[in-house]
Amino acid sequence: MSVEAGVPEVAEVATQRPNRRSTATKFRSLVGNRIGSAVAVVIAVLWTIPTFGLFISSFRPEEDIKSSGWWTFLSNPAFTLDNYQEVLFGRASSGSLSDYFINSLVITVPATVIPLVLATMAAYAFSVLDWRGRDWVFVCVFALQIVPLQMALIPLLRIFSSSGLLDTFPYLSVWVAHSIFALPLAVFLLHNFMSDIPKELVEAARVDGAGHVSVFLRIMLPLMAPAIASVAIFQFIWVWNDLLVGLTFTGANNAIQPLTARLAEMAGSRGQDWQLLTAGAFVSMVLPLIVFLSLQRYFVRGLLAGSVKG
Amino acid sequence: MDFFLNDKFGQMLLVIIAFAALIAVLLAIAWAADKWVGKGRRWAALAVFGGPALLLLVVGLIYPAIRTFYMSFYDAGTNNAVGLQNYIFTVTNTGAVIAFRNTFIWVFLVPIASTLIGLIYAILIDRSRLEKLAKSLLFLPVAISFVGAGIIWKFVYEYRGAAQEQIGLLNAFITWLGFEPVRFLQDAPWNTLFLIAVMIWIQAGFAMVILSAAIKAVPTDIIEAARLDGVNSWEMFRNITVPSIRPSLVVVLTTISIATLKIFDITRTMTGARFDTQVLANQMYDYSFVFGDNGVGSAMAVVIFILVIPLVAFNIRQMAKNRSVRG
Repeated sequence: MSVEAGVPEVAEVATQRPNRRSTATKFRSLVGNRIGSAVAVVIAVLWTIPTFGLFISSFRPEEDIKSSGWWTFLSNPAFTLDNYQEVLFGRASSGSLSDYFINSLVITVPATVIPLVLATMAAYAFSVLDWRGRDWVFVCVFALQIVPLQMALIPLLRIFSSSGLLDTFPYLSVWVAHSIFALPLAVFLLHNFMSDIPKELVEAARVDGAGHVSVFLRIMLPLMAPAIASVAIFQFIWVWNDLLVGLTFTGANNAIQPLTARLAEMAGSRGQDWQLLTAGAFVSMVLPLIVFLSLQRYFVRGLLAGSVKG
Repeated sequence: MDFFLNDKFGQMLLVIIAFAALIAVLLAIAWAADKWVGKGRRWAALAVFGGPALLLLVVGLIYPAIRTFYMSFYDAGTNNAVGLQNYIFTVTNTGAVIAFRNTFIWVFLVPIASTLIGLIYAILIDRSRLEKLAKSLLFLPVAISFVGAGIIWKFVYEYRGAAQEQIGLLNAFITWLGFEPVRFLQDAPWNTLFLIAVMIWIQAGFAMVILSAAIKAVPTDIIEAARLDGVNSWEMFRNITVPSIRPSLVVVLTTISIATLKIFDITRTMTGARFDTQVLANQMYDYSFVFGDNGVGSAMAVVIFILVIPLVAFNIRQMAKNRSVRG
């Protein structure tokens, strides 16, 4: 793992074209020099080792985890899948992690789809439709992004518990809460992206007699696909990793709580059961990591197009 | 029908189907409205496209924010008005000093350190051959939940008595150097810094991704011109790179500040807010959901909101500035 090997491109340029201007060489050498590379390697190692250590530990037998450091595994490997077996399917009093995994999935999919569709439509209203007060309302929506969720929790919770709907659809409050909390940021990001699409495209279509619905479906959606996908990936990761909404809007109902809530409980009540915590943490990471690693190129490209104007 | 009502996946499918049907109806209305002539058609389009989101925001954020403000002047069960008593309690209770102190340390250190590390790393790996891999390594923690991160770092910070073999990486290193093992999470005031390190670890990758993209967007002719003028690396960084990526720096700094102000998961999972590591957001959670005191909890939420206002104002001003530049 050598990021040092990663800088030669610049270093090569510096050596191939010897430069008499010492200051310019200095700049190249800052990027290409060994100190810069060493710093990059140190940061990369510092950022990776904690996760790596936990990952190794999750495959070690219980006694080993509790008696020696995970790095001894490298010289004295003892491998087991018992930890995963136990957290996923073991008979814990409040259910095994596999149940919570399903809960998280059931929470996350609608909580990603619903706000994304609504935000895309709202972005259309803010960037293509022309109406009085548009900029003001948009600034307000942006400002809502920063209302602490803590402020909205209690009253929203009350609306749901008085409606009685939760008896039949226990997940409803979590879905709606996540959708609402995601809207300001999603509208903001998608609006930025949509305003970059040339006005002429829309105008030409309008002149040809296309209504807003067909402009939205035939022009905007295809052009917006990368941005929508990137916001969707972020939203998926955020909802999957959320603890606050999952904890408060599911009440004390173990049957519908997400993975993070159960994991937080395990960390609190069984803080020394490292074999369960290490494996549990990795069960919770699997899906976001797959989503991130398989789609990262796509989503960085999409996000940039919209949100960051350098 | 049983499947849709009694099975988890059934309920999930049901809500998605219902939502899809709702959107289809809305779009059909907008489509029909497009055939009209006159003023009504613009409003119909606006209502269909913007309406649902705005309605949800009013019901889900604006109304609750007003309601929380109202509740903050009432007692625990929202029955009797108590004036400013909850606010007075918020700033004078026994843990208040520590919660405020810690929150300020968090909000000061996390954004600056994360952004700085992300920026330095982005510059160092820019245009290198292993850039993608290097980026993934730093970004990885962003995809991990706060709870997962808490567990990862509890393991790194794990403390055993000096006589025992250390299983936490940091203490193993410290004892290997010949020092006494450290109780990272228990010994105040330093334990707050060790919790903060976790948040920096999570946020640096986010800062790096955004800033790296911004750096790539700096026009190469500006860099070349500067290089020909013989500016040194520090001048290049200060006078070219930083001004060019200023909007991105503002976005990154404010986003991380706001996330930090709302942080409660890390203290909850790692120390349970004991050993003087309490922060405002976690205290608010405790009062509202553990002690069941809606009055004090609401007052604390309002205080957090007030602390966020300067950040909002700053961001809106930046947005207005960008807009006027863009024309």
